[in-house]
Amino acid sequence: MLASITHILPLTTVVRRRLLPVEGRVLARLGQKVLPSDVVADATVGRSHLIIDIAQTLRIPPQNVAASVKIKKGQKINKDEVIAETTGMFAREVRSPVEGRMVALGGGKVIFEMGGSIFELAAGIPGVVTEIIPDRGVVIRSAGAVIQGLWGNGRLETGLLASVMESPDEILDPARLDVSARGLIILGGYADNPAVIKNASDLLVRGLILSSISPALLPLARQAPFPIISIDGFGRRPMNTTAYKLLSTNIKREVSLNAEIYGRLTGTRPEVFIPLPVSQEPAEPRDIETFAPGQIVRVINLTRPAQIGTLVQLRANPVTLPNGLKTRAAGVSLESGEQIIVPLTNLEVLG
Amino acid sequence: MPTSLIEGNSLLAIDIGAVTTRAAFFDVVEGRYRFIGIGQSPTTSNAPVRNAMFGVQLAIENLQTMIGRSLMDDDGQLTTPSQPDGSGVDGMVTTLSLGPPISTLIVGLLPEVSLKSIESLAHTTYSHVVDSIILNDPRPAGEQVDAIVHFSPELVLIAGGVDGGATHSIQNILEIIGLGAYLLPESKRPVVLYAGNKQLARDVQASLSNIASGVSISPNIRPSLDMEDLAPAQRELANLVVNIRQRQMPELDEVRILSGGIILPSSYAQGRMVRFLSSYFGSGQGVLSVDVGASAISMAASFGGDLHLNVFPHLGLGEALANLLDHTALDDIVRWLARDIPSDTVRDYLYQKSVYPGVIPATKDELAIEQAIVRQNLIVAARLMLQRLPVSLRRPDGLLPPLEPILAGGAAITGAGSRAQKLLMLLDGLQPAGISTLALDQNNLLAMLGASAEANSLLPVHVIDSGALAYLATVISPVSNAAYGTPIVRARLIRDDGSEMTSEVKMGDLQVLPLESRQTARLQLRPLQRADVGLGSGRAGEVEVTGSSLGVVIDARGRPLRLPGDPVKRRDLAKKWLTTLGD
Repeated sequence: MLASITHILPLTTVVRRRLLPVEGRVLARLGQKVLPSDVVADATVGRSHLIIDIAQTLRIPPQNVAASVKIKKGQKINKDEVIAETTGMFAREVRSPVEGRMVALGGGKVIFEMGGSIFELAAGIPGVVTEIIPDRGVVIRSAGAVIQGLWGNGRLETGLLASVMESPDEILDPARLDVSARGLIILGGYADNPAVIKNASDLLVRGLILSSISPALLPLARQAPFPIISIDGFGRRPMNTTAYKLLSTNIKREVSLNAEIYGRLTGTRPEVFIPLPVSQEPAEPRDIETFAPGQIVRVINLTRPAQIGTLVQLRANPVTLPNGLKTRAAGVSLESGEQIIVPLTNLEVLG
Repeated sequence: MPTSLIEGNSLLAIDIGAVTTRAAFFDVVEGRYRFIGIGQSPTTSNAPVRNAMFGVQLAIENLQTMIGRSLMDDDGQLTTPSQPDGSGVDGMVTTLSLGPPISTLIVGLLPEVSLKSIESLAHTTYSHVVDSIILNDPRPAGEQVDAIVHFSPELVLIAGGVDGGATHSIQNILEIIGLGAYLLPESKRPVVLYAGNKQLARDVQASLSNIASGVSISPNIRPSLDMEDLAPAQRELANLVVNIRQRQMPELDEVRILSGGIILPSSYAQGRMVRFLSSYFGSGQGVLSVDVGASAISMAASFGGDLHLNVFPHLGLGEALANLLDHTALDDIVRWLARDIPSDTVRDYLYQKSVYPGVIPATKDELAIEQAIVRQNLIVAARLMLQRLPVSLRRPDGLLPPLEPILAGGAAITGAGSRAQKLLMLLDGLQPAGISTLALDQNNLLAMLGASAEANSLLPVHVIDSGALAYLATVISPVSNAAYGTPIVRARLIRDDGSEMTSEVKMGDLQVLPLESRQTARLQLRPLQRADVGLGSGRAGEVEVTGSSLGVVIDARGRPLRLPGDPVKRRDLAKKWLTTLGD
C-alpha cells in the first residue's frame, strides 16, 4: 500500500516552488542565488473596480462609445482626467472620478481598476533559482535539514533558532517568552494560552515552532504577525522525538520558518528548513513509497500522542482492532521496544 | 423491463472518492448480473502522486487479486473487451467525489424565486456557494465585479426570468458576470450554466462563450413562477462538475475515455439510483439514501420518482472537520458519546482528523468520537434537507416524511463496528418516524450502480435483486407527546411458525422483538395515547416484517430524540441502548 510521507531529515536537498497568489512579475533570474528574504516575484492584489456608463452619460448609443473614448485599454488615468467626450453643439464629456487604469471597454461602459497593494513573494529559503515559472514564481533548490509540520499560519520568516523546551512534552509557559526571545525563532512546546501569542508579538519574536497547538488558539495564531508552525497537530501532543532531536541539536543556527498552509492537493506543507553547508549535494527525499519492513514510521493517533517506531511486518490478512474495526495492518516496534499492531492507514513514513 | 444493447457483458465500475478509490466488478452468473467483488486503494489525486489514475490502477490490481481474474495487461492497460480466456472486461463506468468543493457563484433575479431555485441546484453537487448576485443587488456594479474577481468562482450558475418573460433585467446581470469573468486570468475563468428564461439562451451563449471557460444551457429551472424543475439542469451540472474536475486533474481524461464517456459525480449517480429504487421498491413512500463520505454527506430522497438531492460538503468527515464547529456546537457532538471523553479531546480529534482524513479510529474512544460526529452531522444534514423539501412533503412536526427503505453507505457507517452501532447511529442521526426498513450499502455500490445504468439498464436491477444491499432491521418509531414511561404502543409479533410474543412499549423505550434473520412475521401495532406508529395518529394496524440479527426494533425514545442533560445519565442511557440492540 502507498504510504504517506513526512519529511524530517537531517540533511537533504529540497526543491521548493514559490508561487504568487495571482499572476504578477517574476523578479528573480534563472541561476540566481537568493537569500530567504529576497523578493523573487511581486503582484498587485486587492484591486477594486469602477464601471462608468459612458453611453448613458454622453447620451449616445453604446456602439458609438468606442469613438468617443479618449483613452486606451491599460492606460493609467488621473482623477478628473477626461475619458470620453462628444463634440458639436451639445458637446459633453466624462471625467474620471478616480485615479486608476482602464481595463475594459464594452457595452457602452468602461471599467477602471483602482487601488490594490503590492504583494511581495520572498524566496523563503536560501538557495539557487533553478526554474522560472512565468508570471507566477520560481523554483529554488537548497541543501539542509527539513522538518515538516501539520499546521501553519501562512507566514514566513528567517532567524536564529532558540529553544525554551527541555523535553518534547512541555506546555509552553508564556512567561518563558521573555526579553531573551526577542528577534529569535523560538522552539516551544504545546501552546494553549493566548498569552503565548501576545507575549511573542510584544517581544517581536521571528517565529514559533510548537509541538502542538490548541484549536482554541487558532484564530489568534492566524492573526499573529510572525510564522507559527505546529509540528504534531492539535491538542496536547508532545513533539515527535525525531523532530525534537533534530531541532534541539540545531539551536543558534539560522533557520527558515515557512508556515505555509497545508495543501493536500499541491503538497505544500509548513516546514522548518535549516540550511547547511555541503561539499556534495545530498539526495532529494523520496516522495512516493510503499510500506515495507525497516521503514521508520510515525503512528498517527487521533486522540493520543503520535509514536515513532520501525515497521517490522506487513500483515497478510486484515486484523480486527480492539474497537471491532477490521483493517489491513502492520506490526511496528516502538522506540520503547513495545510491539504494536497499527492500521496501515494510520502510519506515515518518516524520511 | 428495458433491455440494453450490451447486456451480457461484464462491467468495471470505478468510484474515486476523496480518500478511497474503489473498483467493483460485475458479471453475468447464471443469466443474471452479479456483484463479483471490489478492490480499493487510497485515492492518489493529492500530492505527492497527484494522479488519480495511479489509485485507480491500484484499486483494479487489488480487485484482480480479490476475484482471481486478470483485468489489465502486463503494461497495466485495461483489457477490453473481455477475452475468451476470461480475462479483461467489456465496459467501464466511473463516479467521482474527489476534490475540494467547487467554488460557485449563483445568480438570479428574485431572492425567493430564481435565486432560491438556482441555490437548490447548487446544493445537488459538491459546491461551495461563495456569493450570489441578484437583480436588486445593493452593491454597485463595480463591487459585484470585485466580488467575482475576489472569489474567482470555478462555476457560475445563472437562473432568472420565466419562459417568455422580460429579458432586460437578466441581460444587465449577464453583463456584470461577463465583465468579472473577463478580468480573471484565462486559466481561472469560470464555467457557466444558464438555466433561465429560454428566450435568452442564445444571447447568453453569444455574450459569454468567448469569456467563460465554457457555457452550458439547460432548460429553465423556473419555467413559470409556481413551477420548479431542476432535473434537466442537474444533468448539465453533473457534466460541468466532471469537466471542472478534469481541468483540475487532467488524468481524468483517460478515465473518461476508458469509461466510454460515462463519468458522473457520485452524488448525481446516487440520486439516479435512488430515483430508480423508489419505483423498484414501490413502497408508495419515499426512498432515502444517505452517504457519509470524507468529501460530503449526500442525501438523496425520491418520492414517486421526484428526486430531492442534497450534497453537504461542509459535513464531510475529511478536511471539512476543521470547520465543523462553524456549523454545529461541540456539545451537540459530545452529547452522543457513550464513553466519558472530555470535550476538548473531541474538539482536538476534529482538527487532527481534518489533517489525516484517511486515518481510521484505532481505539474504542476514537470510534465513539467518530460515531458521535456522524450522528450529529446526520442530524444537521437531515434538518437542512427537510428545509429544502417542498412544503407538500414536509410533516408539520418537522420530522422526516415516511421513508421506506432508508439506505446508508459510506465507510464511516458501513465499516464502523457492530450492526447495533450502525443501526443506532442511523436512528440517532436520522430519527425516522413511523415504519422504516434500514439497509446498508455495505460495499458502497449505489453510486456505481447509478452510473452503470447508463451503460446497462439491467445490471443495477439484477444486482439489487441479488442482495447487494444488506438488510439491517425494520424499525417502528412511534411519535407521541405522552410523558416518559407512559405506555404508547402494544405490539404483537406473530411469527410464521405460529409462535407469538407481545410487548407493551413505553415512551422512552428502545425494544427489540426477536425475529431470526430472513424469518417473516406479522406485527400488530396498537397505539395508545393517540401515538402514531406510522399508520396515522392513534390508528392500529398490521405490517409484515422480516427478521434480522437485530430483530424488529421499536424505537419509542421520542421524536425528536431528547437526551438527558446530565452527562452521566446520558452516557448510561447510550450504553443501555447499545446493550438492548445486542452490542
